[in-house]
Amino acid sequence: MTDQLTRQQLLKRAAIGGAAITFPGILAACGSSGTKASGGTTSVEQKLASTLHFSNWTLYIDTNNKTHAHPSLDTFQKEKGVHVDYVEDINDNASFFGKIQGPLSRGQSVNRDIVVLTDNDRYLALMIKKGWAEKLDKSAIPNIKNLVEVQRHPTFDPNREYSLPWQSGMTGIAYNDKLTDPVLSVTDLLENPKLKGKITSLNSMGDALTLVMLANGDDPSHVTDKSFNAAFTRIKKAVDDKQIRQFTGNDYAPSLAKGDLAAAMSWSGDIAQIGNSHIHWNVPKEGGALWTDNMLIPKGGNVYTASVYMNYVYEPSVMGLMEAGDPKRNITGIYYIPPVIGAKQAALKLNPSVANNELIFPSAETLSKVHLFDSKALNNQKYLTQWQNLISG
Amino acid sequence: MLLAPGLGFLAVFFVVPLGFLGYQSLQSGNIDFGYAFTWAFGNYKTAVTDYRSEFVRSIEYAGIATVLALLLSYPVAYWIAFRGGRWKNLLLLMIVAPFFVTYLIRTLAWETILSDNGLVVRTLQHLHLVSPGGHLLATSTAVVAGITYNFLPFMALPLYVSLEQIDQRLIEAAQDLYASNWKAFLRVTVPLSLPGVVAGTLLTFIPAAGDFINAQLLGAPQNHMIGNVIQSKFLELTDYPAAAAMSFILMGAILVGVILYARAVGTEQLSGSAV
Repeated sequence: MTDQLTRQQLLKRAAIGGAAITFPGILAACGSSGTKASGGTTSVEQKLASTLHFSNWTLYIDTNNKTHAHPSLDTFQKEKGVHVDYVEDINDNASFFGKIQGPLSRGQSVNRDIVVLTDNDRYLALMIKKGWAEKLDKSAIPNIKNLVEVQRHPTFDPNREYSLPWQSGMTGIAYNDKLTDPVLSVTDLLENPKLKGKITSLNSMGDALTLVMLANGDDPSHVTDKSFNAAFTRIKKAVDDKQIRQFTGNDYAPSLAKGDLAAAMSWSGDIAQIGNSHIHWNVPKEGGALWTDNMLIPKGGNVYTASVYMNYVYEPSVMGLMEAGDPKRNITGIYYIPPVIGAKQAALKLNPSVANNELIFPSAETLSKVHLFDSKALNNQKYLTQWQNLISG
Repeated sequence: MLLAPGLGFLAVFFVVPLGFLGYQSLQSGNIDFGYAFTWAFGNYKTAVTDYRSEFVRSIEYAGIATVLALLLSYPVAYWIAFRGGRWKNLLLLMIVAPFFVTYLIRTLAWETILSDNGLVVRTLQHLHLVSPGGHLLATSTAVVAGITYNFLPFMALPLYVSLEQIDQRLIEAAQDLYASNWKAFLRVTVPLSLPGVVAGTLLTFIPAAGDFINAQLLGAPQNHMIGNVIQSKFLELTDYPAAAAMSFILMGAILVGVILYARAVGTEQLSGSAV
């Protein structure tokens, strides 16, 4: 598991390097106005393409540890005769959006049929609002009935016309018990002098502010200037006091295992993937955050083929395997939270220890403690600028 | 005529993007509603007033790293040029070899080297140079060390080239004229190696000032450089005009610095005609 994590870390960070290279690309992309290449077709031809181009985040699908193949994709190919060109090229929402927004704004295809974006960042909603996402062909997705109830009417896509959840995750606190007593609250994390310089915050505004607002007794799903300022000031103070050492994506995980960090704001699946007995994850006692990564068909993608694939992953037995893996066949699962009813039953047959893991199949009690972040605040340019200035300047 | 492909390349891949960057830096708007050209000189003013400390920090870190790289590289380049003998090529290869590994991986390696429980930090704690429980990662020391390391060959190679070209007989002549070894070094070798020093410092300083990977991976938020701000404006905030304005200011500041530097050391050093 450790070598996977190192690989994940490298890939995530490779994106930072890639970012340096993409600047001119973005500029060039914004430069010309170009001509419309493919207009939005409304009627969908129900014919499978030979290849499905799927862009996803790193380590976010079932993988055979030996062959590095993705069994669920192989089965899909066998059943439908569609080859899946599966590319792990999404490292964070902003830079991926930066990469595809140029062609999309000029009406050009981005050569992808499915992309995955997170609901606690602004870009998912923006893709739909700008008309850069194709409508799903729901006639090809009867399994949509297996979508969990809480995910059926999100604000960015109230009737799930454009998007379907891939996985959800919780944001909470992880700590290494070799270096610290249990860290169970945000107050402890941000203000315990024993943890000075030994903790990190997430660089995603929605995640970090949700935790701090809950600790302040504010409601993260209805952000006001007052609650924003209170949370912002509290995090800024922790930065100025050098309590917070860095703002990270999921690269905090190896540092936590190495001992450079004692505790960190953290995503549940990362910790489930590490499988290190000294590292514990919990929903802070004031509450945690819940987010969901959603599949979208970018404009110009093959709607029918993408919809058939979405239907396939919403089959409980398929999602169960993707989620929990299968130790007998040396398959590692995703270890985040699946949005499909019945996935747990399927997972129980394959890998009971994962199926009973509270981080992967959380109980109703755990889920009652996690909150969504206000989608309006995600688009508030003033908040975003203030936040970026804090974490990058 | 032979220049045409080169000039064409420059025009297409340098002048045009640069012009567009300038055009963009005077736009206003946002990703939701689009951008429009409005002669928004305010972008420049905001960049300077809001991010002054990041600009200053970038120049400072890049400056310190350049001086450190010079102090580290000079003896090495000198030794290889004058004492390397038949091992010269191998020794040069040894300088360059680590740089076959990508930039990012090398910086990540530094993260491991400087890790809180690593040998370096423990030794320094033992010597009371780092307080017990203190750390090097997420400090300016780590950022400057990372930059110095990452740009070392850009300093060492030009130095080597200019030192290697020095006619040994000039040094012998100085010694014949009763100059001590040290004096011969100061009066003959150093001046003759100046083109290498100038080239090396420029090649190190210019990219170092715009770097953001080292600050991101090895620094704390307090150590972030202007490159980090530009990166976040471009990719996180999609505030392209502000990012473009900052890039221009950085470019301008470096250009002015280079001109002043060239004036101070003499332009012939810059073009290398002294050799």
